[in-house]
Amino acid sequence: MEAKKASSLRRFFAIRGMSAAMISFAALIVIYIGFGIMNPVMFSGDNIMNLLRAMSKYLLIGIGQSYILITGNIDLSLGAVVGMSAMMAGTLMTHGVNPVVACLITLVACLLVGVINGFLVGQLKLPPFIATLGTMFAARGVAYMVNGNRNTDAISSGIGKEAADTFQNIFYYGKTFGIYNTFLIAMVIFAAFFFLLSRTRTGRHIYAVGSNVDAAKLSGVSVFGTTTKTYLVSAFCAFVTGLILCAQAGMGNMEAGNTYEMYAVAASVIGGVSPLGGTGLLLGTLGGAAVWQTLENGLNMVHAPVGIQRLAIGIIVVFAVMIDVVFRSGAGKKAVKK
Amino acid sequence: MNDVIVSMQNICKTFPGVKALDNVQFELRSGEVMALLGENGAGKSTLMKILSGVYTRDSGELEIFGKRYGDLSPKLAQSVGVAIIHQELNMCRHLTVAENMFLGREKRKGILLSDKEMEQEAARILGDLKIDLDPRQTVGSLPVSKQQMVEIAKALSTNARILIMDEPTSALTAKEIDELFRIIHQLKAEGHGIVYISHRLEELQHIVDRVTIMRDGQYITSMNFADTDLDTIIAHMVGREIKEKFPRVACEKGKKIFEVRNLNAGRMVRDISFEVYEGEIVGFAGLMGAGRTETTRAIFGVDPKESGTILLDGQEVKIQKPEDAIRAGIVLAPEDRKKDGLCTKLSIRHNIALPNLDLLCNKLGVVSKAKEDAMCGKAVDDLKIKTPSVEVDAANLSGGNQQKVVVGKWIARNSRVVIFDEPTRGIDVAAKVEIYNLMNQLKQQGIAVMFVSSELPEVMGIADRIIVMCDGRITGEVMARETTQNEILTLATRFEKKVASA
Repeated sequence: MEAKKASSLRRFFAIRGMSAAMISFAALIVIYIGFGIMNPVMFSGDNIMNLLRAMSKYLLIGIGQSYILITGNIDLSLGAVVGMSAMMAGTLMTHGVNPVVACLITLVACLLVGVINGFLVGQLKLPPFIATLGTMFAARGVAYMVNGNRNTDAISSGIGKEAADTFQNIFYYGKTFGIYNTFLIAMVIFAAFFFLLSRTRTGRHIYAVGSNVDAAKLSGVSVFGTTTKTYLVSAFCAFVTGLILCAQAGMGNMEAGNTYEMYAVAASVIGGVSPLGGTGLLLGTLGGAAVWQTLENGLNMVHAPVGIQRLAIGIIVVFAVMIDVVFRSGAGKKAVKK
Repeated sequence: MNDVIVSMQNICKTFPGVKALDNVQFELRSGEVMALLGENGAGKSTLMKILSGVYTRDSGELEIFGKRYGDLSPKLAQSVGVAIIHQELNMCRHLTVAENMFLGREKRKGILLSDKEMEQEAARILGDLKIDLDPRQTVGSLPVSKQQMVEIAKALSTNARILIMDEPTSALTAKEIDELFRIIHQLKAEGHGIVYISHRLEELQHIVDRVTIMRDGQYITSMNFADTDLDTIIAHMVGREIKEKFPRVACEKGKKIFEVRNLNAGRMVRDISFEVYEGEIVGFAGLMGAGRTETTRAIFGVDPKESGTILLDGQEVKIQKPEDAIRAGIVLAPEDRKKDGLCTKLSIRHNIALPNLDLLCNKLGVVSKAKEDAMCGKAVDDLKIKTPSVEVDAANLSGGNQQKVVVGKWIARNSRVVIFDEPTRGIDVAAKVEIYNLMNQLKQQGIAVMFVSSELPEVMGIADRIIVMCDGRITGEVMARETTQNEILTLATRFEKKVASA
């Protein structure tokens, strides 16, 4: 019995990227308990609920960026698409467009950015850093333009108080079974993309492209198709995040999602997703997003200045990558010895 | 002339599992061109890498200009006057001719670079060689032949007296070769010693004074070129019985399965036509760079085709990308397993499943773990892949086992044509035999097998029919049982006449 347990545990950690992902959860526990000791409010039910809601944004953008990083690319336009989503949805609703229709139109616009990214990177083979830098500026430009270079009015001014409340409750303020809807939405999306990445053909292709693009191509994988799919996932996650920000503020903010693309890289990397492609688990991204939010939350609780938050995150990101690099070179040496 | 400037005696070098050099001797005199000849894997490059300090020898004596040397480093070799001009040119494409020539040895005035001085010096050396080149030109914008001249000029700028040229003419046109030969003659007259490695035996008469022949890591003989002829040279290069045992299975030759007609794809695939029948293995022999790999890549849709038709069971198939080929039932186990064959960051399971996900997934694209387990288990058993589990990273396997994974992923699906490109390169004998057995099984199942290999004994032992290629063309077709190594090697060196016969 004991032996069987040990071997199943070993098998669990043998899953590629699992040990890195588990490190982020270990860090999460340490950080959470550490701040909890300093301020027990950390452990209160209300705080936990707030924490889960607040981390949902980082989880969503982290999922999007993880998909991209696993193929060995990057998506700098992620944050700008969040802004575009918030502004388009907000603008449409202040003009009285039905919220469902407004969301659908916004979704199409966001996915279009994903298609463009996929085309530039997967088909034209532009360096992803540059291609998505371009779409980043372009998408932010659109976010500015949709309402004539200013933030929108309250969405209730267009669709009425009742509809506005419903929209805001679904995406931010409401709870179901005592849990904020925001977190539930994020978990449903997480589950779907977790399944897509780990259990389906598309997921396998994503890992293969990130691991060795030549071998993938020679195995009949469409590199363009796979790349485009990852950018669509990223754009979709940005779209949902934009709606959440719009619901939270009750209006569209032109700067919504600013620098989120980098937060997303940080969450992914803390969770053990390799920025070099080929490895990473969404479970790790979940851990990474939670680490980030818990740190932010905890530092607030102990009234630490904002600068400290950034400093701490910076150190953790570098540390996470360092563990990855050291771990990998150690593993490499072992293999050679064998 | 006639002073011995390089003397190597009883040189031995062992790589893990292979004795690359076994008591080899080599001598070079000033003012001569020495051809170093042998088949692929004879040890020519290893020997020259020892002379230029890239490898250190296990044992043996090395004298350069009468002085004994222990372990050489590339830097020390350069300082005593040895320079190697590589087959793949080692140039920084974005830098200028002068910058490349003085890379790492930049001339300075104080802390500033003295571009003028370097450019003048470069111009002087190029002028001495009568090479018409502007030192300020960017190397990447030059044709390959000129880049090679820059390499030679770079070597001379280090005061090299011993020049090693590895296949210098392989990428050159007839006119460019004439220019190169002129430079070689000039260097020779100035008293340089030149080691000339080439598979193009017909070129030798124009420049070579003496030849040294190697085979299987051993020194065979040295001769004055004037006292010998090409047939004797080829006989010395081949001169061995097929020692290894090759399992051969007799099969009834059935109907035609696969046919390629007039395939063209770039310089290395020119007007290729052949057929493969049920129950036979067709070998593709030739020297390195004969265009065999390029042919397989063009068929498989990796590289674009210019023209040509591919027929499978009498039906034309259009192949524009590997997906098309796989769907039609044509698969390729590529040559370079690290670059093209494997995702080394992924597990064996994921590697084997990768090209077969269409078989392993349901309509929604969800991978069936049970089917995947069955497929991977079968591949591991059939090919005797040695691994604790299929979850192990492909990177952690030995070369032979990695190769088995590459082969395994392609035979897990039912294909009509299986192309193996150098499937046994760099793997041990036992692993080789398992791959041979597998090819024989495919043959018995009526699958068309194409087998590209640079090892003549292997092709002759396994293939039923052998197509020989040289320089992007098919130069002959022989039956494996009736042919000799000499015949194949003669066909494999039948280059189109680039050089006017003397």
